[in-house]
Amino acid sequence: MPSRGPGLPRPLRWSLGLIAALVLAAVAAPLAAPYDAFSQLDPQVSALRPPGTVLAAVHLASGEWRLAERARRTAGGLELERLGGRELLPASLVANLTATGVADRRFFLLGTDQYGRDLASRLLYGARISLAVGLLSVLMALTIGVAVGSLAALGGPLLDGLLMRIVEALLAFPYLFLIIALSALLHPGTAATIGILGATSWMTISRLTRAELRGLQQRDFVVAARAMGQPPFAVLWRHLLPNAMTPVLVQSTLQIGTLILFESTLSFLGLGIQPPVPSWGSMIADARHVLFKAWWPAAFPGAALALTVIAWNLLGDQLRDALDPRWRGPELAAAPGALAPEPPTAGSAGAGGGGGGPLPPAAAAAAARLPTP
Amino acid sequence: MPGYLLRRFAAAALLVWLVLTTTFVLLRLVPGNATTVSELPIPKPQRELLIHAYGLDRPLPEQYVRWLGAVALHGNLGISFEQLRPVRTVVAEALPATLLLAAAALLVEYGVGTALGVAAARRSGTAWDKSIRVATLLLYSQPIFWLGLMAILLFSDRLGWLPASHMHSVGADEMGHGARLADLGKHLVLPAMTLGLAQAGAAARFVRAGLLEVLGRDYIRTARAKGLSERRVVWVHGMRAALVPIIQLLGLSVPSLLSGVLISEVVFAWPGLGRVTYDAIMARDSPVLLATTGVAAILVVGSNLVADLLHAAVDPRVRDA
Repeated sequence: MPSRGPGLPRPLRWSLGLIAALVLAAVAAPLAAPYDAFSQLDPQVSALRPPGTVLAAVHLASGEWRLAERARRTAGGLELERLGGRELLPASLVANLTATGVADRRFFLLGTDQYGRDLASRLLYGARISLAVGLLSVLMALTIGVAVGSLAALGGPLLDGLLMRIVEALLAFPYLFLIIALSALLHPGTAATIGILGATSWMTISRLTRAELRGLQQRDFVVAARAMGQPPFAVLWRHLLPNAMTPVLVQSTLQIGTLILFESTLSFLGLGIQPPVPSWGSMIADARHVLFKAWWPAAFPGAALALTVIAWNLLGDQLRDALDPRWRGPELAAAPGALAPEPPTAGSAGAGGGGGGPLPPAAAAAAARLPTP
Repeated sequence: MPGYLLRRFAAAALLVWLVLTTTFVLLRLVPGNATTVSELPIPKPQRELLIHAYGLDRPLPEQYVRWLGAVALHGNLGISFEQLRPVRTVVAEALPATLLLAAAALLVEYGVGTALGVAAARRSGTAWDKSIRVATLLLYSQPIFWLGLMAILLFSDRLGWLPASHMHSVGADEMGHGARLADLGKHLVLPAMTLGLAQAGAAARFVRAGLLEVLGRDYIRTARAKGLSERRVVWVHGMRAALVPIIQLLGLSVPSLLSGVLISEVVFAWPGLGRVTYDAIMARDSPVLLATTGVAAILVVGSNLVADLLHAAVDPRVRDA
């Protein structure tokens, strides 16, 4: 069998492929979506159509559209079958008449929701929201987390103690309650959702940054840079942060999936992305009202959501395995000497690979910050 | 040790107070109040009357002191704006339902999590281990609310095995004791399984990691060398040592468990604290919201405390620090 590409492990290739597909879907949504994600063309007829439905689209001379299960050209004009009834339209009223029927049709690959909107199109637009919220909020968490972690590591014991107590208090806050209270406070919407998620998920990153920086500070190259008279900020920026970034970025990747889950949960509860913007969470909330009539409006957005979260979590998992030797396999985990003074925080994956014996409360608290929704 | 205990308790109390004060201030900062979110617009004179009766027209510090005084001195949580009955009654009615759901979910979480984790650790590096790793990834990547809806669709709508929502059937009050309990159990299955399974993935990974760490130690090699069966080595010698971090995780995963309970209660219309909290948010019922946040904070901080004390009990370095 010919070997393909560089020796990336298969799960890593998979997750990268999935994420590439997701990004492509999000970027290309306006081009790839078969229909407008907001349009409710003749909702009476198009509502809750199962996946694979094809409807004839009749363009009336007045500019309106009408959908029908079947459209047939007859001597008297156009015969439509709509919702079990039949009606006859005079040929002069129809703009897209052909010799046998009408020229246009609508194909609902994944069916429609109760407002007659095309689910496939909404799903593609939903990918944009979930990706944008996930990436932007993690970027915000990363910025705050690295800033706070650096301050704690370099700002002296007093500031360190204060900041770490604040982090502990925030970690002890009933998490969803905090997010919900904040969402109720701010006017719900896309920007507010990103802000809330970013502002409430930097704690693990700040802890990790602090631990990494403290470990690096005693290393020869840092001591040398200081001895050469480089200002503290330059040491931080040029020497400390670049060397501390690997585990921090891995942790951030692991959080993207969790943040996407939180976004969808908030939107499901009506406190996140607001309609008519298609978020997967709010699509599922809509679908809940018609759950016993139609499975597809709930099933597809949820499947897309789960697949997305799986892809991000898999990527984070694999990156951690590949880049962070402390997490690699049992042989290292079995040797306590190989562990850093403060075991790496596990974040969304729970305590993945290794970790010490009885965890210090710090690491265990982070390990407990699991992806709930 | 007494000094350590005292410090920990004081810190825990401080934390609960901080959470409550933050919530109080946040709630008062929100534009609008309980009278502005009602479905029917309330006429202005009545609205002003209500605002006065609720005490919402007083300055914020005075409201805060009055509320804190009532809670701290008399255990009086106030009156629900929405339900017009004591908050204490509202919370007392909902708490048992939440505790029942949380306990059942924990049972599923740790039952499934331990089984998967031990199986993976015993066969670490094999195809078994890898499949379990994939399974846990799938489990912890699931949105609970969606999993719940799909479970309702399958087990309740299509198969008709289990009820889709609520805690009791209509007319359960007339049932005999046993029948009523069976009815409750049936209603419990879907929410508890959904929540427990969604959380089991992370628990399984934690158990696997904890056990693998222990299985590399010398005394395990000794136990094997003595000729003990592998089953005995893993379950008795290995798990006993791995249990400490697992119990700790149990205590520390309460925040995520509570979040899950809230979602699960909303999806399954389970009449617990999560549901009450959600309704209170929607109705801006701040006395109820403060009380439920307080209960959640006490549960979280309390379980963190227990986990820390447990840790201190096994590791003297912590309490002497």
